Amino acid sequence: MAGPRIAISGARLVDPANGVDRQQSIYIAKGVVAAVGKRPDGFHADREIRAPGQIVCPGFIDLCARIREPGQEHKATIASETAAAVAGGFTTLCCPPDTQPVIDTPAVAAMIRDRAERIGKARILPVGALTRALRGEELSEMRALKKAGCVAASNAHNPIANTLVLRRAMEYAASFDLLVMVRPEDPWLRNHGVIHEGLVATRLGLPGIPEAAETVAVAQVLALLKQTGARVHFAQLSCAGAVEMVARAVDLGLPVSADVAAHQLCLTESVVGDYDSLYHVIPPFRTELDRAALCRGVAGGILAAICSDHQPHEEGAKLNAFSSTEPGISSLETVLSLTLGLVSSGQLDLFRAIASLTHGPATVLGLAAGQIKPGSVADVCVFDPEAIWQADSRNWCSRGLNSPFFGTELKGRVTHTLVGGRIVHEWSGQS
Amino acid sequence: MNQPAPDFQLDANGQLRHFLSIDGLDREMLIRIMDTAESFAGVVADQPVKKVPLLRGKTIVNLFFENSTRTRTTFELAAKRLSADVLNINIETSATAKGEGLLDTVRNIQAMHVDMFVVRHSESGAPYFIARHVEPHVSVINAGDGRHSHPTQAMLDMFTIRRYKRTFEDLQVAIVGDILHSRVARSQILALNTLGVGQIRVIGPRTLLPVDAESLGVRVFHKMDDGLKDVDVVMMLRLQKERMRGAMLPSEHEYFACFGLTRERLRFAKPDAIVMHPGPINRGVEIESRVADGDSSVILQQVGYGIAIRMAIMTMAMHSKPRGKKA
Repeated sequence: MAGPRIAISGARLVDPANGVDRQQSIYIAKGVVAAVGKRPDGFHADREIRAPGQIVCPGFIDLCARIREPGQEHKATIASETAAAVAGGFTTLCCPPDTQPVIDTPAVAAMIRDRAERIGKARILPVGALTRALRGEELSEMRALKKAGCVAASNAHNPIANTLVLRRAMEYAASFDLLVMVRPEDPWLRNHGVIHEGLVATRLGLPGIPEAAETVAVAQVLALLKQTGARVHFAQLSCAGAVEMVARAVDLGLPVSADVAAHQLCLTESVVGDYDSLYHVIPPFRTELDRAALCRGVAGGILAAICSDHQPHEEGAKLNAFSSTEPGISSLETVLSLTLGLVSSGQLDLFRAIASLTHGPATVLGLAAGQIKPGSVADVCVFDPEAIWQADSRNWCSRGLNSPFFGTELKGRVTHTLVGGRIVHEWSGQS
Repeated sequence: MNQPAPDFQLDANGQLRHFLSIDGLDREMLIRIMDTAESFAGVVADQPVKKVPLLRGKTIVNLFFENSTRTRTTFELAAKRLSADVLNINIETSATAKGEGLLDTVRNIQAMHVDMFVVRHSESGAPYFIARHVEPHVSVINAGDGRHSHPTQAMLDMFTIRRYKRTFEDLQVAIVGDILHSRVARSQILALNTLGVGQIRVIGPRTLLPVDAESLGVRVFHKMDDGLKDVDVVMMLRLQKERMRGAMLPSEHEYFACFGLTRERLRFAKPDAIVMHPGPINRGVEIESRVADGDSSVILQQVGYGIAIRMAIMTMAMHSKPRGKKA
């Protein structure tokens, strides 16, 4: 691949994978990083990006973003959501298998990858279904899914109720060294819950989801993990208890990792106070204690990644009584600002914050991506950490307008995103 | 980020615009509602012509997404006594399409130039959603939403207590039964706390109590005899038959043995204690007939006061706000 020659200079390079945090230029040619620091002899840039005061880092890798295509194009499409991704600094998205049809055949996996490639914005890595049609009954063809490019297998938001099937699925995935992603939720304890079982649920009379719905599921998978030899990644944790359990498992040297959605690090159950369906998310926002524990989990490296848990919706999905609305936030474009907010308030250092968006998720997936060194694929994000902006429907790329952060002052904005050495997003400074 | 707006149901002058929850209303407002109801109670009981022309020309729609006979009837009667035109619309939730169904229903009926919706819905918060989407001149009254709120029931209960006990200070009140699923209990607790009663107790098994029940401002009891000791008011709750399935309770028999209100148990309360129930009663499940029909019972009086309270709330909500000129 040819690709333009690009120099990015004047910015602070933060590349946690290689322990780099200093002002350094990078030089890109033929889709890869040609050099870091010193301009290669005879390098004539087609494009110079001067970015003093800005930060340049590997493009973000998202462990969970729903693209809605195929099957729910009325909500969003690969074109719209990969545009939103690069606007938010993401160059790679993992797409959970609950598309329609489900990603339980190589054809669906290949179709999603190919379409993303043809559109040429962010890359999409499909996550295959752990069981056929996500029904939790029969195993999917995991070997074929892996060959078709699936980076992991998961049952998405459809917990496997039958523990024998769960055990077999984990064993089978382990046979092909396929990562198992688990959004831990005990379906019986979840019941019809829609928000955290706590003070706000009691006041609003909304059915609650107890913390135990998550911890019981984590305990179950951890018990099976020793038996099955599977590599497990816990997706979108929401409570302090689960973080503790993962920390203990990591201490024991078990092959376990975990992530958290950026909005879980910022909000608590109290935001649901007036039945605002934009705050309807699963897992639910929990207590301040939980939120703080999740932040410490990221700061201490127990939670290797911050994901978007992006879920774009059409307007009607949120227009109903709270319990009848669809959960989820359209979040790709606000992850960076929310994460930088945690840096500003001293809950996270910048290096760790960027690691959680780059090297952390790459390590979870076992990919060499998420770093900037000579020879690595030039997936790069440049952002202005001080830029103040307000998200609204006019400067929004995702087709899903379901963000509770519209109208809020946000800090930190992506100015350039490069995928494979090509500039796929550029923000001029006017929002 | 949106902050919860406690004054959502009030207009700029602090007057009732909607009536959705006791939450956010102050003591003065609750007393004003009861005082207004007091003036209607006379009309209802004593006048040969039980009508006043306060809401003549107004159209009130009872929009019931959940079955109810008595609540709907008392709302209907209250509206008719205020000379309003009343339309009853029953929509089984199962029959309406999901998604935009609810909003479409409301917009369609609103287009017929109505002035007030009285809404009952099986989902908590549904009347808030409707109130947020109606035109400025339309008021929404919550006639019960999910587990959340049943504020007109709570107000008629407060009205009943005031009639029998005169004052709220120093009263000991026990609420017995399924607190977890009860919108009535939630609203009663809010109202009793706002009116400054001495103590509120809730009595029930753990499976029927919300988590952090104490956060509502109550003391929790699991034994009837302890909880009823020296109370002035016993407020029983209806036990939904479906709670008997789904591992909430083992049997009606055991429930009655533990939490049924019998004459023997009532002796633990003060001698002049009153017994209340929002109805309909499950005789022999939560209360025995001798108590329900006994001297302490004010259950039928509650029903009568319900009309006066609903007349008061409808009038206040219709007269407070500046009416946008709608053709």
